[in-house]
Amino acid sequence: MDEKKLAIIATKGSLDWAYPPFILASTAAALGYETEIFFTFYGLQLLKKDLDLQVTPLGNPGMPMPMGMDKWFPVLGLALPGMQGMMTSMMKKKMASKGVAGLAELRELCQEAEVKLIACQMTVDLFELDTAEFIDGIEYAGAARFFEFAGESDICLYI
Amino acid sequence: MADFDQELDASGLNCPLPILRAKKTLNGMESGQVLHIIATDPGSVKDFEAFANQTGNELMESKEVGGKFEFLIKKA
Repeated sequence: MDEKKLAIIATKGSLDWAYPPFILASTAAALGYETEIFFTFYGLQLLKKDLDLQVTPLGNPGMPMPMGMDKWFPVLGLALPGMQGMMTSMMKKKMASKGVAGLAELRELCQEAEVKLIACQMTVDLFELDTAEFIDGIEYAGAARFFEFAGESDICLYI
Repeated sequence: MADFDQELDASGLNCPLPILRAKKTLNGMESGQVLHIIATDPGSVKDFEAFANQTGNELMESKEVGGKFEFLIKKA
């Protein structure tokens, strides 16, 4: 069987959007895909050692709200201080109770399975991010490096 | 259920953990050996079928026993 290739661009840095890249990459690796994820802009948050990601119901009418909260808290209510922290903590509890993997665990599984994690050097410079805050074993490179792999890939996803 | 060489209890774990744990366990096994997996994630039924189709490991058995899903996979 020829090894298939999966290339992913991860651009979002919220708790909910952190899952798809790591779930798909770890699963693909288990199926025998050679896999790379290119992290750019807010996606770089997913490479921090300390994963302090949040989820927000703001601007997201599709987010299921517990206990009919969407009726009690119309859009402006969701902007109240503390609302984001509360939703994040509820989402984390829900995930743990349903046996959904923690992000750090999924990321570790990706690294164990030799998924290549590439951080966009331009974004690091742009936001003056401290690379000491990032996990080990990642590569820093630019768009051309991404295309070197993506051009040969069977599946290419922008998340 | 036929004999097996190793067992993996993935009860309570959700997608994609049962597949990832199974893959990891298979990595440490010999070709021809059989892994018995127990899962509670209903999605794992289709997922283990797809896993077997794509990796060449044989799904020998897939059944539901008392609300749990059990699989036998023979390592290629």
